[in-house]
Amino acid sequence: MPKDNGIGASPKRREDVRFLSGTGNYTDDIQVNGQAYVHFLRSDIAHAKINGINLDAASAMPGVIKIFTGADFEGVGGIPCGWQVTDRHGEPMQEPAHPVLAQGKVRYVGDQIAAVVAETLEQARDAAEAIEVDLEELPAVVDMKAALADGATKVHDDLTSNLCYDWGFVEENKPAVDAAFEAAAHVTTLELRNNRLVANPMEPRVAIGDFNRATGDSTLYTTSQNPHVIRLLMGAFVLGIPEHKLRVVAPDVGGGFGTKIFHYAEEAFCTFAAKALNRAVKWTSTRSEAFISDAHGRDHVTKIELALDAENNFTAVRTDTHANMGAYLSTFAPSVPTWLHGTLMAGNYKTPLIYVNVKAVFTNTVPVDAYRGAGRPEATFQLERVVDKAARELGVDPIALRRQNFITEFPYATPVAVEYDTGDYHGTMDALENMADISGFEARRKASEARGMLRGFGVNCYIEACGIAPSNLVGQLGARAGLYESATVRVNATGGLVVMTGSHSHGQGHETSFPQVIAEMIGIDESMVEIVHGDTANTPMGMGTYGSRSIAVGGSAMVRATEKIIAKAKKIAAHLMEAADADIELKDGSFSVAGTDKSVAWGDVTLAAYVPHNYPLEDIEPGLEETAFYDPANFTYPSGAYACEVEVDPETGKVTIEAFNAADDFGNIINPMIVDGQVHGGIGQGIGQALLENASYDENGQLLSASYMDYAMPRASDVPFYGVDHSSQTPCTHNPLGVKGCGEAGAIGSPPAVINAVVDALRSGGHDIHHIDMPVSPSRVWQAMNG
Amino acid sequence: MYNFDFEKPSTIADAVSALGTEDAQALGGGQTLLPTMKQRLASPSKLVSLNGITEMHGICTGDDGALCIGGATTHADVAAGAGAYPGLAGLAAGIGDPAVRARGTIGGSLANNDPSACYPAGALASGATLVTNAREIAADDYFQGMFTTALDEGEILTEVRFPVPEASNYQKFEQPASRFALVGVFVAKYADGVRVAVTGASEEGVFRWTEAEAVLSGTFSADAIAGMAPGSDGMISDLHGTGAYRAHLVGVLTRRAVTAAS
Ligand SMILES: Cc1cc2nc3c(=O)[nH]c(=O)nc-3n(C[C@H](O)[C@H](O)[C@H](O)COP(=O)(O)OP(=O)(O)OC[C@H]3O[C@@H](n4cnc5c(N)ncnc54)[C@H](O)[C@@H]3O)c2cc1C
Repeated sequence: MPKDNGIGASPKRREDVRFLSGTGNYTDDIQVNGQAYVHFLRSDIAHAKINGINLDAASAMPGVIKIFTGADFEGVGGIPCGWQVTDRHGEPMQEPAHPVLAQGKVRYVGDQIAAVVAETLEQARDAAEAIEVDLEELPAVVDMKAALADGATKVHDDLTSNLCYDWGFVEENKPAVDAAFEAAAHVTTLELRNNRLVANPMEPRVAIGDFNRATGDSTLYTTSQNPHVIRLLMGAFVLGIPEHKLRVVAPDVGGGFGTKIFHYAEEAFCTFAAKALNRAVKWTSTRSEAFISDAHGRDHVTKIELALDAENNFTAVRTDTHANMGAYLSTFAPSVPTWLHGTLMAGNYKTPLIYVNVKAVFTNTVPVDAYRGAGRPEATFQLERVVDKAARELGVDPIALRRQNFITEFPYATPVAVEYDTGDYHGTMDALENMADISGFEARRKASEARGMLRGFGVNCYIEACGIAPSNLVGQLGARAGLYESATVRVNATGGLVVMTGSHSHGQGHETSFPQVIAEMIGIDESMVEIVHGDTANTPMGMGTYGSRSIAVGGSAMVRATEKIIAKAKKIAAHLMEAADADIELKDGSFSVAGTDKSVAWGDVTLAAYVPHNYPLEDIEPGLEETAFYDPANFTYPSGAYACEVEVDPETGKVTIEAFNAADDFGNIINPMIVDGQVHGGIGQGIGQALLENASYDENGQLLSASYMDYAMPRASDVPFYGVDHSSQTPCTHNPLGVKGCGEAGAIGSPPAVINAVVDALRSGGHDIHHIDMPVSPSRVWQAMNG
Repeated sequence: MYNFDFEKPSTIADAVSALGTEDAQALGGGQTLLPTMKQRLASPSKLVSLNGITEMHGICTGDDGALCIGGATTHADVAAGAGAYPGLAGLAAGIGDPAVRARGTIGGSLANNDPSACYPAGALASGATLVTNAREIAADDYFQGMFTTALDEGEILTEVRFPVPEASNYQKFEQPASRFALVGVFVAKYADGVRVAVTGASEEGVFRWTEAEAVLSGTFSADAIAGMAPGSDGMISDLHGTGAYRAHLVGVLTRRAVTAAS
């Protein structure tokens, strides 16, 4: 009998009622009394010197309140970067200034030159067209390798070059890794690109700044995954507003995928302008604007080498990656190709020696930062592609080669600084082999061939580090923030609970899954628990949602706070039943005295806490409200095995995904339906990256795929019904729920399976092809087949 | 979007006179024009909606057996109502998505003559007659390159007359992002010969692939044009495919259309 309440049940998502009935409260739904509107004049040139800006005509236009330029922000802080990477030589990365509005130069198409605040949005847009900007075009830096060449134009004149950092990991291992390659029986090499992506959350970004002249308080309403982080970064580093004078509200948010983690200039602008003008100021991004103002994802160019001994054991991995930072450092950009990427290069394998080199490069393109998976998809893609290629070169079964090299003993300390607590890679591979009907593949291939189609099968494994992250560890690695999470659990007098969490839900379903945990712990119905999130005014300082951290870190904080609640409630119950604290048991929402038939209901205890007439006031305070901050002891390590089956039309190059199966180990699972949904969405995005999506710049720094006319998003008809299995569960050993997180797995695990399958299909058609870069569009596949 | 005036006349004559205002523009389904205006790339002084003109809606059969479609008829109505010409109904059913088909019109599509649009291939392959408020124009004279047609300023496409072929088929290979035609080929077989029109491929817009027509008019089979493709000179090269790829697709899709029509 499936449970219908508590951990393991699959209640429908309660938040969907408002999302699907148009009654959600998104940032753009918020109307502040007297709000004015801002339109940003953005550069349409990738790299230029600003010789002058003439606002005379524009300022005189109807409805214009004020036009701001970079000059208005002199003396105001720049947009900060939240992570400092130290390079191979022990030097800090190069960190350019990032002004709120461009000063002196524009550095990418989309860089904001001026901000027009007007009574209406159309008036602001009209006036922006009347601004005269004298731009002197400079050569655009687009290609990363060219950006590092001697004499290359510099994106930032005050830096020594376009190199942000040259990172080696683990630097001390390099000689041993090189020696292992010298001694290898076989070396497989692969060069590839991890394509640049636009995040495309359904809701574009919005920011509203508000200022209360009576109290001197500022409020920012914004589409953010982490309002407290924005409050800290913007308050402390940009505008100099202390936290107690600044409130940040991130109400319903329509998807983030990483791109709403970061602190953006538009947020700082609206908050600043609201105070300067004593008017609320609202900005709503258009979809076109989102393409050139939201941080992009991925964009790595990599060479990976795998060394094997004569028995096909992996002996070493060596990689060389160029990672595009874009024109400025977005909030967590430096961490993505380093600590979220290099630390994952062991994958699921016991490779003893690993060396990762990453050169992060400034270019005249939109800043690049974390996007669903962030660094881990890039690591997984290159590793699982090179393992597949090695299997082909050696003539061995790709699954057998993987199994032979699997890590089987846990905990396992990798040579890249992380320790996997648990996992069962054979277990997930067994589950995958069952689902994917591998023995039937040859018959399916024959049937495809009979129809003139090529059929391919591809498999891959993945490991990710999520539940981000132990604060002391990330501090050593350069994070300028802690990565704990918080929760306040408030029990009301009549027994209902409100959880104020520092996690933020923007599609993940926390309002449904978090109450399931508390329902399980207390033995009450989920409907008695409400989740509050997204407002710094009524939630404890938290770090927000990304890195599949909400249930593993935020959920753990909630468990710790609830444990405190239960401990106190037991004391009250003991008093009410005149028994010893230690004898009190809580089950099904009722407290009883062990070995007796005495009991008192949850609601009687909570009422006593707030109406303490018969209450141990000498021992404990009235009330029932507890806060906990939880700092994880380690990352969590979800893992899995994915398989994709494709058909390729040899005449047109079109790839069709015929089947996709995913076996994941997420440890314990709170709501299987929500987990299925997270995996489905992740695979959809992974297939999008593999088949369709590509942010493509021309040599002048113009984004060619700057709208849905040219940027291909996956649609329902592009994906099959997925097979999803999470029966293989090795609970996390270091958090109270034994959970690992599931938000990014699908996007991390799926691209290599697709490409492995496409290569397999093409090879079955007699094409001597080892690799095709993503997205494997029809024209690329046809090109590959036809030289 | 800039400000504009709006009129919704109920007769063609009123529409023509409303379009006499400087920078006035006809509005069909708005599926091309409105997004362009929202991006501030078009700034008509006045929009004259053709939607209220009853005689421009609907499908009928002319005395000569031709299928006559009113210029303001939506793609959805053609998909549902052009059963007498299955190739054309199929073309209309494959345009955009249900929302686009519910608004977009045949007149708007043909007046716009997007180089990746579907209807131009259908009209050219059918040797259709494009009827305006002022004259009748043969399809062979009507399409004059990307986004360019024989229509004069303020001229309204009121009806399109399609001779119904013995056999026909439209093959659309979708551009992955826009889902317009990366290449689309319409093949129509008439008693007096086969016509093959290609959209999406050429920098000159929709065109007839006369080499294939000549062969297919003799033998209407895919084998007859095996290995044939037009030259890649003048073919569109962009993010989604080179000219050579498009030229290759023209051959593939023509064969598929012939097979499907046979
Ligand atoms: C998401 C999306 C997907 C699409 N996919 C496809 C596709 O796959 N294939 C395809 O072919 N098209 C596609 N389209 C375009 C669609 O078919 C439009 O309907 C068509 O391009 C224009 O028709 P309309 O009636 O909307 O014209 P409008 O946008 O109203 O007008 C377009 C132009 O034609 C003029 N005009 C309109 N009607 C007349 C008339 N009767 N006489 C003279 N001039 C007129 C207008 O003044 C304007 O210049 C797509 C559009 C969208 C938004």
